Amino acid sequence: MTDRMTLSGMLTSRAAAALDVSRAARSSKPSAAAMLAVVALLAALPFMVFSNVTDTLVNLFVLIALASMWNVLAGFGGLVSVGQQAYIGIGAYSVIALADQGVQPYLAVPLAAVTCVIFAVPTSWLAFRLRGDYFAVGTWVIAEVYRLLVVRIDAVGGGSGKGLAGLSGLDQTMRGALTYWVALALALATIVACYLLLRGRLGLSLMAVRDEETAASSAGIDVRWAKLVVYLVSAAGCGAAGGVITVSSLSVNPDAIFSVQWSAYMIFIVVIGGIGHIEGPLLGALIFFGLQQLLADYGSWYLVLLGAIGIATALWLPGGLWGLVRDRTGLSLFPVGYFVRGRGA
Amino acid sequence: MGWLNAVIQGLLLGGLYALFATGLSLMFGVMRIVNLAHGDLAVVASFLALALVSGTGLPLWVVLVVTVPLFAVLGYLTQRVLLQRSLSSGPLATLLVTFGLSIVLQNVLLEVFSADTRTLDGGSFATGSFELNGSISIGYLSLATFVLACAVLVGIQLFLSRTGLGRMLRASSDDRETANLVGADSRHVYGIATAIAFATVALAGLMFAMRSSFDPATGPSRLIFAFEAVVIGGLGSLWGTLIGGIVLGVTQSLGSQIDPALTLLAGHLVFLAVLAFRPQGLIAGRTA
Repeated sequence: MTDRMTLSGMLTSRAAAALDVSRAARSSKPSAAAMLAVVALLAALPFMVFSNVTDTLVNLFVLIALASMWNVLAGFGGLVSVGQQAYIGIGAYSVIALADQGVQPYLAVPLAAVTCVIFAVPTSWLAFRLRGDYFAVGTWVIAEVYRLLVVRIDAVGGGSGKGLAGLSGLDQTMRGALTYWVALALALATIVACYLLLRGRLGLSLMAVRDEETAASSAGIDVRWAKLVVYLVSAAGCGAAGGVITVSSLSVNPDAIFSVQWSAYMIFIVVIGGIGHIEGPLLGALIFFGLQQLLADYGSWYLVLLGAIGIATALWLPGGLWGLVRDRTGLSLFPVGYFVRGRGA
Repeated sequence: MGWLNAVIQGLLLGGLYALFATGLSLMFGVMRIVNLAHGDLAVVASFLALALVSGTGLPLWVVLVVTVPLFAVLGYLTQRVLLQRSLSSGPLATLLVTFGLSIVLQNVLLEVFSADTRTLDGGSFATGSFELNGSISIGYLSLATFVLACAVLVGIQLFLSRTGLGRMLRASSDDRETANLVGADSRHVYGIATAIAFATVALAGLMFAMRSSFDPATGPSRLIFAFEAVVIGGLGSLWGTLIGGIVLGVTQSLGSQIDPALTLLAGHLVFLAVLAFRPQGLIAGRTA
């Protein structure tokens, strides 16, 4: 076989011998260690600080989870949705309904993710008939339909919402700490899920579909399947986030949980942080969170500022802040691509 | 008789939806932009008219004559300054820019005018009606809105098919590069299209304001009506938009006849049914 090796094969193997192809960037090992340390610190936080700090951080973790899910949907799958609040709402109501049936509310959070997947399958059939901008508004209408249907169900409180049963027996400090850990687990799980999803074959397919759908499909990628997987993952993540919001606030209100405001948060966090980078939602959520805390006394001006920054980022900095950081430093916390270097370099 | 009345009222309401959706349809047809701030712009027009009426005491028709051209100018500037730039940065950018605009407008309105629900007092014209027979009465405002919607659609259609600028607009919509080669300035043409869209939005916003109450958060639900009218009728077809608006109006009106809580849901369900079984819309094909 070897003496019949083609010219191109020979060239390829010679070139490959001269290059070093690896998954990890040079900064990966120290940054991975630093990330583990941060996670360990965050996990130990309820033993070290007052509960008001951890209660505030729950909101940050929910935002990180939601933004990561929107990022994987829009930044990698090319599915720009303005209707993910549908799954936040379904997740929240699942926890309420399951708790009514006697399920422990914290255990109901992962089950809420499953419920959302079940709802997302038929929904995707309808939503995938629309493309681009029309997909965005179409998903929004679907979220509205879910809200209007939920408020007609009297068993979950109709239009005025309902309180969460099953947590009254717990001590308040314990409940705060458990909610914090569940929220932290959710944020970590969404980031890890994005990372694993994107470094595999599916990640490559998704990026190909996002960049040029027709070409990707002609190269043998099952476009519909790739989109469906990412849509279902995103629905599951948003559903679990909705569940965490419910165990944190102990009640649910249909207008608030199905509000398009959630989409605004997700979209601007991701766009400002850097769409299409796993690190983007993390950075964006920190910025959003900081802005929210800083301008807490000025009503909704932080949203005006957020919208304006979002517009400016979309126009002049399409890669977001993380894109800027990456271009300057080459830093990558979650390497999903390959690095090619010359041997000995 | 109640049902016939519901159909007639729905038909007239559909005229308003069509008038409102025209701008969305036009901007999509010409520039492939879905303006997510469409609903909020109508609400801005409502608040602007309210502020002008209560601040200066001018009669409503003067306010109308001032607001609509003002919005046309705003539209031209928005296109040239914001949207044109976003068009070259990919399809995601236009969506983000209009969504950002929507959030900014909503929250500025909230801070300036508070979350209170308002109405624009249109006087006896807005509340008056004439009886067709014992059970059907038609409001002057509803009828005027419907006639106005048809007039605006005919006007835009004539502009597109008869004038030089309209021809350039259609050419730029079909193929921007080639249109530029033969002398169309697509940026100017796009500006004109957005100006028309904004003017119709302002007009519809004033009609909405006289008809029903509004607050700073009303915009998104209005946008959804316009979007549904456009999709039901068929993307990029002006007459489709009229049909779509009427279908939506009649459905909502019939839904509320069954149960007032069903009004919105009925409209959404018809929209989803069209999406599922006739995704190209009731009237396929593009004329704009």
